[in-house]
Amino acid sequence: MVGVPLWWRTTETYRAWLPVSQINELANMQLQLSADVEVVFARGTVTPEQQKKVPLTQTQDEEHTVDGDLIFKAWDHRFESPCGSLVVYVIPESSSLLPEDMDVYIGQRRTALLRIGAQMRVGRTVEQLLAHLEPRIKQVLQVMSFSHTDITAALSDRVRLSPGNKESIADSMRAFKSSPGYEITFSLLNPDPKSHRLHWDIEGAVQTYIQPLLTKLAPVANFSLDSQTLYYAMLGVNPRFDSSSSAYTLNSDSLAHVINPVEARLGSNAASSNPVLNFLLYVPDAHHSPLYIHDNKKQEVPSNAFHSPRWGGIMVYNVNGFYRPEAVLPVDININMAKVMGVFLAQLRLLLGVQSSTAPPGFLMAPCGSTGLADWELDRLMWSRSVENVATATTTITSLAQLLDQIGNIVINDNIAEQVSSAVTSLQLAVAELEAGNLGFALQYSKEAIMASERAFFDPSLLHLLYFPDDQKFAIYIPLFLPMCVPILLSLLKIVSEARQKRREKQAKKD
Amino acid sequence: MAAHRCSYSALLLIICSLSMFIVADSQETTLTGDNHATELDNPQTATETAGQMAEQPAVEERRLWEATEVEEATPDDADTDKQDTSTPETAVPSSVPQPKDDFQEELVIRPLHSGDIYASFQFRTLWETDFMRGNKVSHYRLFPKSLGQVISKFSVRELHISFTQGYWRTMQWGQPFLPSPPGAELWVWFQDSVTDVDGTWKELTNVLSGIFCASLNFIDSTNTVQPSASFKPLGIGNVTDHSFLRYATLPREIVCTENLTPWKKLLPCGSKAGLAVLLKSEKLFHSSFHSQAVHIRPVCQDWQCKTTSWELRQTLNVVFDLHTPGQGKREWSLFKMFSRTLTEACPLASSSKIYIDITDNPQGEQFEVSPATPLLSQAMVLGDRRTFSVYDLTQQITFGTVRSLNLLIRWKSSEGDMLRPLLHGERYVAGYGLQTGEIHTLMYNNHPYRSFPVLLLDSVPWYLRLYIHTLTVASKGKDNKPSYIHYQPSKDRVRPHLLEMLVQLPPNSVTEVTVQFERALLKWTEYTPDPNHGFYVGSSVISSLVPSIVAMDTNSTREQPLFSSFFPCKEESSYFVRVYTEPLLVNLPTPDFSMPYNVICLTCTVVAVGYGSLYNLLTRSFQIDEPSPGLAKRIANIIRKMRGVPPL
Repeated sequence: MVGVPLWWRTTETYRAWLPVSQINELANMQLQLSADVEVVFARGTVTPEQQKKVPLTQTQDEEHTVDGDLIFKAWDHRFESPCGSLVVYVIPESSSLLPEDMDVYIGQRRTALLRIGAQMRVGRTVEQLLAHLEPRIKQVLQVMSFSHTDITAALSDRVRLSPGNKESIADSMRAFKSSPGYEITFSLLNPDPKSHRLHWDIEGAVQTYIQPLLTKLAPVANFSLDSQTLYYAMLGVNPRFDSSSSAYTLNSDSLAHVINPVEARLGSNAASSNPVLNFLLYVPDAHHSPLYIHDNKKQEVPSNAFHSPRWGGIMVYNVNGFYRPEAVLPVDININMAKVMGVFLAQLRLLLGVQSSTAPPGFLMAPCGSTGLADWELDRLMWSRSVENVATATTTITSLAQLLDQIGNIVINDNIAEQVSSAVTSLQLAVAELEAGNLGFALQYSKEAIMASERAFFDPSLLHLLYFPDDQKFAIYIPLFLPMCVPILLSLLKIVSEARQKRREKQAKKD
Repeated sequence: MAAHRCSYSALLLIICSLSMFIVADSQETTLTGDNHATELDNPQTATETAGQMAEQPAVEERRLWEATEVEEATPDDADTDKQDTSTPETAVPSSVPQPKDDFQEELVIRPLHSGDIYASFQFRTLWETDFMRGNKVSHYRLFPKSLGQVISKFSVRELHISFTQGYWRTMQWGQPFLPSPPGAELWVWFQDSVTDVDGTWKELTNVLSGIFCASLNFIDSTNTVQPSASFKPLGIGNVTDHSFLRYATLPREIVCTENLTPWKKLLPCGSKAGLAVLLKSEKLFHSSFHSQAVHIRPVCQDWQCKTTSWELRQTLNVVFDLHTPGQGKREWSLFKMFSRTLTEACPLASSSKIYIDITDNPQGEQFEVSPATPLLSQAMVLGDRRTFSVYDLTQQITFGTVRSLNLLIRWKSSEGDMLRPLLHGERYVAGYGLQTGEIHTLMYNNHPYRSFPVLLLDSVPWYLRLYIHTLTVASKGKDNKPSYIHYQPSKDRVRPHLLEMLVQLPPNSVTEVTVQFERALLKWTEYTPDPNHGFYVGSSVISSLVPSIVAMDTNSTREQPLFSSFFPCKEESSYFVRVYTEPLLVNLPTPDFSMPYNVICLTCTVVAVGYGSLYNLLTRSFQIDEPSPGLAKRIANIIRKMRGVPPL
């Protein structure tokens, strides 16, 4: 009797308390996103009597009427609207701000111009006007902040997708998973240093082309950049010689084998465990140039580049023009970085998941400007990233809770419990911020949630007693319990036999 | 493009005027409205050039590889000026910037007196850059990216790592160019900006173990020491605070191909060109001694040390045993040793040379080298002036008409005496039984008339408990009192013993250092999988400035062969030597590992027997039994029953 509590105390595994009910709540959580939209009516779009009746707030949109000048002030003073919100300016039909055939203009910042339709003038009441505007504002919203397909794409790993929107699946598979940081590596592959000596001004090019984009993306993730030159780096396939164009070609189906031998030499980043985006510039040697990449339809790809989803991009840069017969080997070649970086920048945008949604007809987009990324594109990315982070953290936490629930042997230390509860708190905060439309905070909290949940999930202390098979317990207890069972079993047998005898005697007496 | 620029300048002008208008008069809405119309017209034309990364439509299935359709997506707008000045795509040899890095390779071949061949490869990459400053973007050309990232992330000032298979026999082979102990050795100087040195060291060893595919992750506080004097920085910088130094050895580490492959990957030419084509693992590891190392340190670029640069030295030393492969005729060739010949230098190398040590063979009476080379060079190596034949691989003439170089050495006689090395060391364990023992370290000074001081470093694991009061240092039978002793006692399961002392070695003498120890009992989980093999204790390190026969070259920046320029020379009269002794293999008392289970079974049986009797006592009811009839009576009764007669 004394031994049992002692044995119980010494053999139990330590399991700290986990907020299981909150985790279960998270599993069945409904996400609700909301974005602030400010609709500004320019002078001439609203009649005075309408002006009086305009309600201040509506369920989704907030509307103000202001003088026309203010629009232009906003345009010029680069009015900074908070992250995640939108300002839609409604302009009269007769306005010459927009070209004739365009209805909507989307600016670089979080602003859009919307031309009021001609038939709108017919509707006299505010309700009619608003009813007319609503679908068009929604359309603008879908382009500029988030649409249903974006969100499903972000959730594609967690939620079973209905077949049909393959485009967005391809999009979501191409982009890297959300991560707190990325390593971007540019590699110059020189398979033949004997025949050409390559010079690339990567430092300047990165400063000019890549850094502005990364500075803009800073709220989404941390980026680190480096570059290297690899010599004698060969592609995995031998390009075929096409005599009609007297050039070497790489077919689209052989591209899959190109990277493998190169990747062994790229080297993983020793100093961090963030995902690496590789950008390779391959300069074919004199005997295999020019080299062109062909797509599915056997057409030359104009950029001569391709990318691999969640890995990086490769560009082939032909330099065969420099091999003049009188040239002394090795030839010194300066690489035109503007051309190269244009391709890499495009691939970088794709791989980071900045989706270039094709504008609906009647939409006019502003050029992306020096940073290569409009504010609303950043917002779009942040929306989908926050949703993805929330989803990932939720699955991590729920599966951890499930695992701990199923396997009783796992030790749950205090620090793990702490991580789990901090992840849960951050998740709840992130969801609340998403509902409130505070995009910046939502992303921040979702990042914290994901970090805490991963730390808890991958903590090595979970593994200590995970594999403690029952046969070992059996082997330890059997030397004690087997000999102890013998007298007990014998006495049980005796009791049984005595009882039987008694019954027999009773029956005998009855008879 | 010109049209674009026009429209942009117009745009700028308009914006300027526009803001003025607004400031001046906010009533002129019609005018500003018109201006804006022009502003908004521009985007329409500009969108064409903007980054339209239209993905190929119709993604039928999951395709891993897709072509990127990109029009020239240059960030226009702000960069229009830049584009004008950007260098056009031309081959301009004159405008090529001077590369800031430099690569050299060399191979030294020294026929040893024992008849073996010592081949020493050295590859050096110099890079004029500053890891110390926290520049975020790092662009690597010849310097390997993985090591550069390690240096900048962990704020390493100096890093020396070596992997060695076999023991260097100093008495038979002389001094190596670069000494290394058997197993793995790692010592690192951190920059003084590092606050948590131990944590950084732990992370660094883990990262390096990944890079070099070695078990460096077994380096922890129980085998790490901070030597106070033995390991000074070899590069620039006068750091004396040894709290930024960490030193660890893993004498048990076995070196093989998986360590060689990542090492070769760090070379700019890989194993595709240059001297590295000779590094074929099946031949390299079929040898008596193999050692590969990586040394990173900051060095001076010039005599005044105005500019500094990082030096990465990759060395590989190998001793081939001649007697086993070629019986009878003693002959050696590149092809026989490495199963390859040389056809070219690494195109990235600024110098690529092979040196053959012919000092002992001035007239060619001992061996004959073919093809002959007219180039001779002299270098001061380890206090000695040596003569080398030089083959310059960057010259096409070296390869001759066959376009391939296969060096051949043919021995004529095996006479000749080797100069005994001036300093060498030995170590062994004495004593019997499994309780106590004694470590003997012998240091030989073979100099006929000069005495010199040596620094002895001993790092002994905690499970050998040194009795430091039994430490004796004796030379020529007399007590030799060390002038400096630094002893750090061990802590069980936390840190090892560290014993450093400065001993003066009298001329032509043997100095013996003995210390007794007790073997500790380990916990049963602390034993290795094969505990009866024994436990390794790393080599002792003897570092010394040995008096030189010839004047040494103190200018470290002058052009000289790589093998002679590793240890910097501070003065002309002496040279620096580091000697490693043998590692020790010590048996510890090893329990029978099935014992715990036996004990469990035995005690359980005893408990069960006791329990059984107690149980019986408690549950049995005792009653007086009728004495049963005797055997004869029972048999008689059975017989009577059979006969039908009533029993007795």
